[in-house]
Amino acid sequence: MTIRAWILMFFLAALLASGRFAPFDPAEQHRDSAFQAPSRTYLLGTDQYGRDQLSRLLHGARLSLVCAAAATAIALALAILPGTMAGFYGGLLDELLMRGTELFLALPWLYLLLAARATLPLNLPPETTLLVLSAVLGAVGWARPARLLRGLVLSLKDRDFVQAARGFGASDWYLLRVHILPQTMSVLKTQAGLLFPQFVLAEAVLSLLGLGIGEPAPSWGSMLSSLRDLQVLTEYWWMGAPAAALLLVMFLWNFLIVVTSDSTSGT
Amino acid sequence: MVRYLARRCLHAFLLLAAVSVATFLLLNLAPGDYFDEARLNPSIAPQTIQALRHAHGLDAAIAVRYARWARAALTGDFGTSVAYGMPAARLLLPRCRNTLLLTTVTLLVTWCLALPLGVWSASIRRGWLDRLSSLAGTSMLAVPDVILAPLLLLAAARSGWLSLGGILLPVVALTAGAFPILLRHVRATMLEVLGEPFVLAARGFGVPRQRLLFHHILPAAANPLISLLGLSAGSLLSSSLLIEVLFGWPGLGPLFLEAVGAHDAPLVLGVVLLSASLLAIANLLADLLLYAADPRIRRTS
Repeated sequence: MTIRAWILMFFLAALLASGRFAPFDPAEQHRDSAFQAPSRTYLLGTDQYGRDQLSRLLHGARLSLVCAAAATAIALALAILPGTMAGFYGGLLDELLMRGTELFLALPWLYLLLAARATLPLNLPPETTLLVLSAVLGAVGWARPARLLRGLVLSLKDRDFVQAARGFGASDWYLLRVHILPQTMSVLKTQAGLLFPQFVLAEAVLSLLGLGIGEPAPSWGSMLSSLRDLQVLTEYWWMGAPAAALLLVMFLWNFLIVVTSDSTSGT
Repeated sequence: MVRYLARRCLHAFLLLAAVSVATFLLLNLAPGDYFDEARLNPSIAPQTIQALRHAHGLDAAIAVRYARWARAALTGDFGTSVAYGMPAARLLLPRCRNTLLLTTVTLLVTWCLALPLGVWSASIRRGWLDRLSSLAGTSMLAVPDVILAPLLLLAAARSGWLSLGGILLPVVALTAGAFPILLRHVRATMLEVLGEPFVLAARGFGVPRQRLLFHHILPAAANPLISLLGLSAGSLLSSSLLIEVLFGWPGLGPLFLEAVGAHDAPLVLGVVLLSASLLAIANLLADLLLYAADPRIRRTS
């Protein structure tokens, strides 16, 4: 309980941190103190416009993590219906779905992501961008979990207890709801655990490439993009703070998964 | 053999065709095209834009446009890039060559490092060196490309190696990302085979250790590793996009990014199709290798 609770608290705090823990407005510019090393006023230094890094990092945590969480939810929601239907009913539906997922898996994921991003307008307000990004990430990530679910449902529907229930006259909907979907929960949870860090990174990569959440809204990816300037990279070490934050989240998340999987297999 | 290959090729071709239809539709149904920004510019007359759209064939029905595009694409003509005003194929070819160069060199380096190291670390399993190497591997695995690349750039800039430029740094960055994963797989598959009865039998016959490892166990463990070659091609290409952009390697990645930013639909389509073909070719190669390496597959097909 304790370690898991602490890690979850961290993620929750990061999500709520905006405005509560941040000492400054993330967009507030102190032009006369650009690129200042960490000091007592600016705990993590300032960037090229003299904006407080710590405040941007805290606000960015909300954007990045919310985006990844939303994308995970979207991907799983998109995967559940076609995956279970294809596995349960088979036939033409199954064939169509499998070919559809192959279409998504035929491209390297970053190319797919950029191509999907290319179909949507680029210059949008930050809130819309957040929505668009989560939708794009989710739409790109649904194929693998859908295939997994389909395979699982395919094997589940022929299990004895499902066949027995069917023999008692249970409807398809009842079978799916009571006997099959609960059995897929652990797989869905594992998939969520795998997708979330991938989406955190994907958001960072997209924003780093300038296709994600843009200025002035801070996300970890857009903050990282200042590191593409070699001078910034070599001379202002505190600009690497978002990279450290990303690493911390990855580490904590992996740790969380290890802890939870141990605790569930123990009981 | 020919039938096996033909079926694989047909499958890949159908997939590519489907990818092209989907991408074409999405790109053309998407709001906004390259001339949107020109339309906002008051010094460009609407008639000029009309004429330009007509010249690029943007005012025809979508099915007609796809048919036109597909017929040309089959002969290697990917249309005209709107942003560059030159044939997309001429832009794509050198970039594609560079990406291929980068990824094949990375593949070679990664496999040449990971195979012997993985075999060796499986053979001394549970020793402290093995533990150390898997610990190092795990921690490298936890560092994503987005962070690895700036770190490497920083190290290179500090030590003055950055002036070397060229292919060295991107290859190192890509290898650092792909190597630990491959190492783990090699070690795991080797360990799996090490427990098989035939290994015990061979050891009982007094087969020397080196020969046992590389002549008996490694071929038996090759199957999943070859499949991995095809499966990992996708992530390698993806990492290579990011690394190319960050290190300024003139591959498909920077071109793609530019094309996406400029709403340059022909170029985006070209890059998407090329990347899908690269992945398809990698999978075909893996299938062929599997066919060559595993007598069981030869017999069933």
